[in-house]
Amino acid sequence: MLYEQHKAEIDEILARYPVDRKRSALLPLLYLAQDVYGRLDRDSIREVAEILDLPYTDVFEVVGFYTLFYNEEVGKVVLDVCDDVPCCFCGAEELVADLENRLGIKAGETTKDKVFTLRRVKCIAACDQAPVLQANLEFHNRVLPDKVEAMLAKLRNDVESGKPVSISGRLAER
Amino acid sequence: MPKTELKEYIVMRNREIENIRDLDVYLASGGYAMAKQALTSMTPAAIIDEVKKSGLRGRGGAGFPTGVKWSFVPKELNPKYLVVNADESEPGTFNNHEIIDENPHQLLEGIVISAFAIGANVAYIYIRGEFAYGARFLEQKIAEARARGLIGKNLFGTGYDVEIYVHRGAGAYICGEETALLESLEGKIGQPRLKPPFPAVAGLYAKPTVVNNVETLTNVPRIIEKGADWFRSFGTEKSPGTKAVSISGHVKKPGNYEIPLGITIREFIFDWAGGMRDPNLPLKFIIPGGASSNWLTEQHLDLPMTWDDMAAAGTMLGSGAMVVLDTSVPVVRAALKVDEFFKHESCGKCSPCREGTHFLVKVWERIDEGHGRVGDIELLADVGKQMLGKCFCPLGDSSVSAVNSAIKFFRPELDAAIDAQH
Ligand SMILES: Cc1cc2nc3c(=O)[nH]c(=O)nc-3n(C[C@H](O)[C@H](O)[C@H](O)COP(=O)(O)O)c2cc1C
Ligand code: SF4
Ligand code: FES
Repeated sequence: MLYEQHKAEIDEILARYPVDRKRSALLPLLYLAQDVYGRLDRDSIREVAEILDLPYTDVFEVVGFYTLFYNEEVGKVVLDVCDDVPCCFCGAEELVADLENRLGIKAGETTKDKVFTLRRVKCIAACDQAPVLQANLEFHNRVLPDKVEAMLAKLRNDVESGKPVSISGRLAER
Repeated sequence: MPKTELKEYIVMRNREIENIRDLDVYLASGGYAMAKQALTSMTPAAIIDEVKKSGLRGRGGAGFPTGVKWSFVPKELNPKYLVVNADESEPGTFNNHEIIDENPHQLLEGIVISAFAIGANVAYIYIRGEFAYGARFLEQKIAEARARGLIGKNLFGTGYDVEIYVHRGAGAYICGEETALLESLEGKIGQPRLKPPFPAVAGLYAKPTVVNNVETLTNVPRIIEKGADWFRSFGTEKSPGTKAVSISGHVKKPGNYEIPLGITIREFIFDWAGGMRDPNLPLKFIIPGGASSNWLTEQHLDLPMTWDDMAAAGTMLGSGAMVVLDTSVPVVRAALKVDEFFKHESCGKCSPCREGTHFLVKVWERIDEGHGRVGDIELLADVGKQMLGKCFCPLGDSSVSAVNSAIKFFRPELDAAIDAQH
């Protein structure tokens, strides 16, 4: 189904690699499947494995290795707050606490309404913008306490108004 | 001391020319003329020679001479690949991020020239998964350049073809290590390969492959345009040119700066980055070259920022990432966070790193939480000693930097942290 419904995109991805090396298309196809199905469960992993003629276990192992592939259910918006050095000394801990408070969840959890998943992540290469987070891999720089409420409201509104979302970041803007 | 002036930008030209990310602006500033000149009037050997003469060293961390690396590629084996390392995941580093978002065409032009020089017809840009926007943006820029005949078939009527593809990683620091990167590009988990063979001989799909960092390649058009001597008029004899350096933490003006190599750390922090943020909180320590590097303190401020001077001082220039921390930072917490990073990013292939990083974090954690035990500092040192030199790739060793640095410079603070708990 994934292939039939996204034939043009998948063929374009496959064309980037030598014909006898289509396994190289695994990461981009997993991103696509993750967006279409909301996460990489057994069935979606199996589908991708079939497209690339790979054993299921090989694909399963890859999904487990990378942090941007989700085999558990996540919200429509994945919030990744960097709590690495130096961010953790420049407001990241306060930001995580504030988000936990407002969303009523702990880092690593998803809100009951399935809108937000909150995670702590390692350096996202924007350390001068601390405290910094990515929402579906779109950067939100200098998320100081006075900006949190409006940011969450806008993200929630985007979801509720039916704006297309991509947890894989395929639609991320600057 | 007056701040050293940078005569002109080599890589961060977006700071000089507004909207250089737009193809028309880039073309108007002389863009892609160097690709044309290189392809139409220079042989690959002549390009490699010029890059060798410039003394350009890899900007991804190791500082290996770029022209020399290119000359290792065997001529007779085909196809060959150029792989661009845009994985930028070393904590503290964000300079490739700016080049990709703000000066993408100079990177792409560098890729065209470099691919031609090594005889590759395909280049992959392996970009960290978190740069989702950057990946899409580069794809748009490639398409724009392709539409004008600057990338693609029969470039400038020479019969030379090059395709450039963007390949997004999916969140794994180890994929910045060049052989793990190639594994990942082949659709596998990112675990490093045994070297030799080196990628130059057997890299992507076991074919000759050059892996270069984003900033390294962004230098290339300017070296072709202005020549090796001009390039050498920046920096020092052994570290010529400039470096885009990211500075973050407790300074007044965090951000990226393109510095002539060889200025001192003192000048960089206090004259370029505005000095410490809070006048009441002085400098405590510096992580000078990304989380992997050994720390420095006040006594090292006059160290020149070059690969060799930093190595002689027992640390490294690394990826050009300086994290400056003031006296509000507890050493135990800093070391814990650094080692949490390495524990999280250990690929699991070898046991000294996989087990060692877990153990280090466990011990740091109990000290941080107030349950440190007498002898824990010796224990950390001992685990570090068992790891150093015994890991399969440099990541494992890197996790020992925080341990050794904390003990070397802040032993009394560590002891006090444990004493207070008894
Ligand atoms: C653990 C580890 C992570 C690395 N991460 C990066 C990275 O994110 N970007 C990069 O360019 N080089 C990184 N490197 C260095 C690469 O292995 C390689 O030396 C570099 O890409 C070569 O390009 P250069 O010669 O142009 O610097 C890393 C090395 C190690 C051991
Ligand atoms: S040192 Fe760590 S990252 Fe490197 S191969 Fe061993 S387990 Fe993997
Ligand atoms: S440490 Fe947070 S973005 Fe780099």
